Amino acid sequence: MTNSWTDIKNTDLVVIMGGNAAEAHPCGFKWVTEAKANRGAKLIVVDPRFTRSAAVADYYAPIRQGTDIAFLLGVINYCIQNDKVQWEYNRNFTNATYVVKEGFGYQDGLFTGYDETRRDYNRATWDYELGEDGYVKSDIDHPRSVWNLLKQHVSVYTPEMVERICGTPKDKFLKVAQMISECSTPTKTMTSMYALGWTQHSKGSQNIRAMAMLQLILGNIGVRGGGMNALRGHSNIQGLTDLGLMSNLIPGYLTIPTEKEPTFDIYMSTRGFKPLRPNQMSYWQNYKKFMVSFLKSMWGDAATADNSFAYDYLPKLDVPSYDVLRIFELMHEGKVNGYFCQGFNPLLSFPNRKKLTAALSKLKFLVVMDPLQTETARFWQNHGEYNDVNSASIQTEVIELPTTCFAEDEGSLTNSGRWLQWHWAGGTPPGEAKHDTWIMAQIFLRLKALYEKEGGAFADPILKLDWRYKDPGEPSPEELAKEINGSAVADVPDPNDPTKLVLQKGKQLVSFAALRDDGTTACGCWIYSGCFTEAGNQMARRSTTDPDGTGAYLNWSWSWPVNRRILYNRASADLNGKPWDDSRKLLWWDGAKWTGYDVPDIGPTMKPTEVGPFIMNPEGSARLFTRGMMRDGPFPAHYEPFEAPIANVLAPKVRGNPAARVFKGDMEQFGDAKEFPYAATSYRLTEHFHFWTKHSQLNASMQPEFFVEISEQLAKEKNIKGGGWVRVWSKRGSVKAKAVVTKRIQPLICDGKTVHVVGIPLHWGFMGETKKGFGPNSLTPYVGDANIETPEYKAFLVDIEPITGPVA
Amino acid sequence: MNMELSRRQFMKGASVGIAGTTLGALGFGDIEEAFASSIRPWKLANLTETRNTCTYCSVACGIIMYSKGDLKKGEKADIVHIEGDPDHPTNRGTLCPKGAGLLDIVHAKTRTLYPQVRKPGSDKFERISWDQALDRIARLMKDDRDKNFVAKNADGVTVNRWLTTGFLAASATTNETAWATYKVVRSTGMLAFDNQARV
Repeated sequence: MTNSWTDIKNTDLVVIMGGNAAEAHPCGFKWVTEAKANRGAKLIVVDPRFTRSAAVADYYAPIRQGTDIAFLLGVINYCIQNDKVQWEYNRNFTNATYVVKEGFGYQDGLFTGYDETRRDYNRATWDYELGEDGYVKSDIDHPRSVWNLLKQHVSVYTPEMVERICGTPKDKFLKVAQMISECSTPTKTMTSMYALGWTQHSKGSQNIRAMAMLQLILGNIGVRGGGMNALRGHSNIQGLTDLGLMSNLIPGYLTIPTEKEPTFDIYMSTRGFKPLRPNQMSYWQNYKKFMVSFLKSMWGDAATADNSFAYDYLPKLDVPSYDVLRIFELMHEGKVNGYFCQGFNPLLSFPNRKKLTAALSKLKFLVVMDPLQTETARFWQNHGEYNDVNSASIQTEVIELPTTCFAEDEGSLTNSGRWLQWHWAGGTPPGEAKHDTWIMAQIFLRLKALYEKEGGAFADPILKLDWRYKDPGEPSPEELAKEINGSAVADVPDPNDPTKLVLQKGKQLVSFAALRDDGTTACGCWIYSGCFTEAGNQMARRSTTDPDGTGAYLNWSWSWPVNRRILYNRASADLNGKPWDDSRKLLWWDGAKWTGYDVPDIGPTMKPTEVGPFIMNPEGSARLFTRGMMRDGPFPAHYEPFEAPIANVLAPKVRGNPAARVFKGDMEQFGDAKEFPYAATSYRLTEHFHFWTKHSQLNASMQPEFFVEISEQLAKEKNIKGGGWVRVWSKRGSVKAKAVVTKRIQPLICDGKTVHVVGIPLHWGFMGETKKGFGPNSLTPYVGDANIETPEYKAFLVDIEPITGPVA
Repeated sequence: MNMELSRRQFMKGASVGIAGTTLGALGFGDIEEAFASSIRPWKLANLTETRNTCTYCSVACGIIMYSKGDLKKGEKADIVHIEGDPDHPTNRGTLCPKGAGLLDIVHAKTRTLYPQVRKPGSDKFERISWDQALDRIARLMKDDRDKNFVAKNADGVTVNRWLTTGFLAASATTNETAWATYKVVRSTGMLAFDNQARV
């Protein structure tokens, strides 16, 4: 989230699209209700299903899953055609005026530079034209200005085209577009609330970009009640992402080097982030400080200037990432021997379960650390049709380790609003369950002891890992939090007054502004620096004060970065630093410095007319055109899901997202509309959370049994009765379920064809208190988003038929 | 830094206030004192309160857990009740149907209790000790790492990676657990490292 849950009360219009907050985030959704009740805010819901969010919306419009980009570019086109643009914001704070290189183009669904054999682009032309001064040329009237290119790019997405692709009736689309476009005035604000309904597509990243562009065009980023608000999933999904527990990441959104970057100097040479416009902060210029401090926190005294701070200790990538789809593909090929699952249940979570079971069966060993008995830990166990395997033929050794749950553990979680909230342990762990920190420490110490005793493959990074904890067998949450915050490794004298120190050895850092690139500071995660200072644990703060009721709550917990609650908040004021909306002030220039209700997202004394609000970008402005930063295009474009009920009407030859990675064998496992005529989507229920709550008696009682949801029309066509049994199958698998026949799903007309939607909820498996059941992932396709490889769970094809159910 | 003081003061205030407001408003003025004195002290008053965060979605609602026994004093603590934290700015004391069932997941029958191993080809788990489990894991890791570690690629570039073992981390664990996990996993050279963020 750029903003926070409590800030939603400040909005005038909520758009829930690609999410279902009323059911998936009910207590956060209360802030929508607050905005409606106290500000007269309106709620728009755009979804294939008439969800509980839709049930309390002021306006609902149906849409076929996987066509959000066509809808959103249609809204952008509407805003441009009707001059509903926050022009001052766009001229000053976005790259609308910048000139793009000659040669860039888009035709037949493809941008310049496409290579079909590699399913990838040469992105050389996707960039700005630089002037002789080295800065980007700025001229909005230039035929190749970002604005003019955008205008042309979206012109095809007329209301008629939106209806044809999305199945959203033209009048409904126009009503939504008109309501949204009203937020282009500086005094009206819209917020976007989205979640997995946007991410789980082969073009998920571009779904989000499309809305981010619309929010910029309306001037809604950086303001109270505005923003791009990713509602996110698990309680600490934000924290695990921030801390970089992903194949290609280092904490704080730094990146793991590739093998094309054999030395630290080469690695840093592409991470200089020289400003592209005069005077800009281009804050990533400090990258080296973050990176060196990270390396110091990993390898302590062993990371020195002489060995490039142990740069060689980091593994180097040969592919963009070993994401979960790639690793299960490799497992399936028999190239992986060992796998650890810490609180994660991939057998039910990942797509194409048949492939997953085959992959896990090829492992030599699987270690599962979990507070609950997961299906993954029992993938080898026969549970009849719900897990039909032959145990004797599976040679994987499986070790299951009992861990504590939240109630027995202490530490911080980062919510979707970037608040790091400390919590305390209140219960004794059951049986022999242990903290994950204890387990990781014990595994590490035993592995280290083996290397000390026996030697072996490059042991230095293990032997020299900085592990100076009071009890090496179980580092305490406070010690780890302090390490994440960072501290001074050595005294640093003040260059202007040698009698004074800038940093004192051993002291906690105040913030990332104190980080240095000479090895005198250590910091686990630069964006978290400030969370645990000499003043104590900021994440444990619990003051409910909120001056003037803005919803900021600056003294409740701590928010990254530097306790800032609304990102890009400098953009809440105009070029001269005067708030766009006096009734909703956030930050303003008082003639000498920035002041207001939040921590300024800009140097506090940087003059408003000189320094742009988007300080992380070398441009200082936000991007309507993303240059070469995304694999599948500098603008979003409509692509069908890999399994779609109709062809791409704009580019009939293009299947799916042309830049999405598809492994050998998986393309053959995509079904077509002739064989599988119905458009399926996965979803979640109010009463359940993923695969956990099925272990809870209360939740299992509320929603005990797997079902699929279809329209009355499809039920009639297929002779399916509500409560009767059906079989649903895709090219990859088959499930049995009871049918729920509702008015919540209605057939759509897309490109002249009737499209029936089949809804498949997520929550069942073969362990826990609910009845045993299947989930959508026995059916879902094995393909991910072109940029980050989130699987396409939300749009695939199935067939359905009534069957005789089991004898009760 | 804990919340005990403000909450306790709030509860004391509330026990006096209930009679004065709710009943008074309903017009039972005369009997309110007698009624108030007849109310048994709240059952939860003798329990230990601990502030925590709902484990499910990323709204991160504040919760208060009530336990028999105080973990901080080194006692065995059994959680008997969980409710929303009324002081929390986001959820203001409320919980959704997911969060309302938190107590049942803490005490789920299907909690894991002991380390177990399932041997190749077997159809059952067997209980083992922590030492047996951890020693075995370290051995399996080292053998695989030593055999398959790639120090240099085909071009002779130092790459120091280990691709034949992977690690899936958990997005319901704390940031502190995540950091400890990060350190251990990366120090081995593993690149197949991920969490729920991608799904």
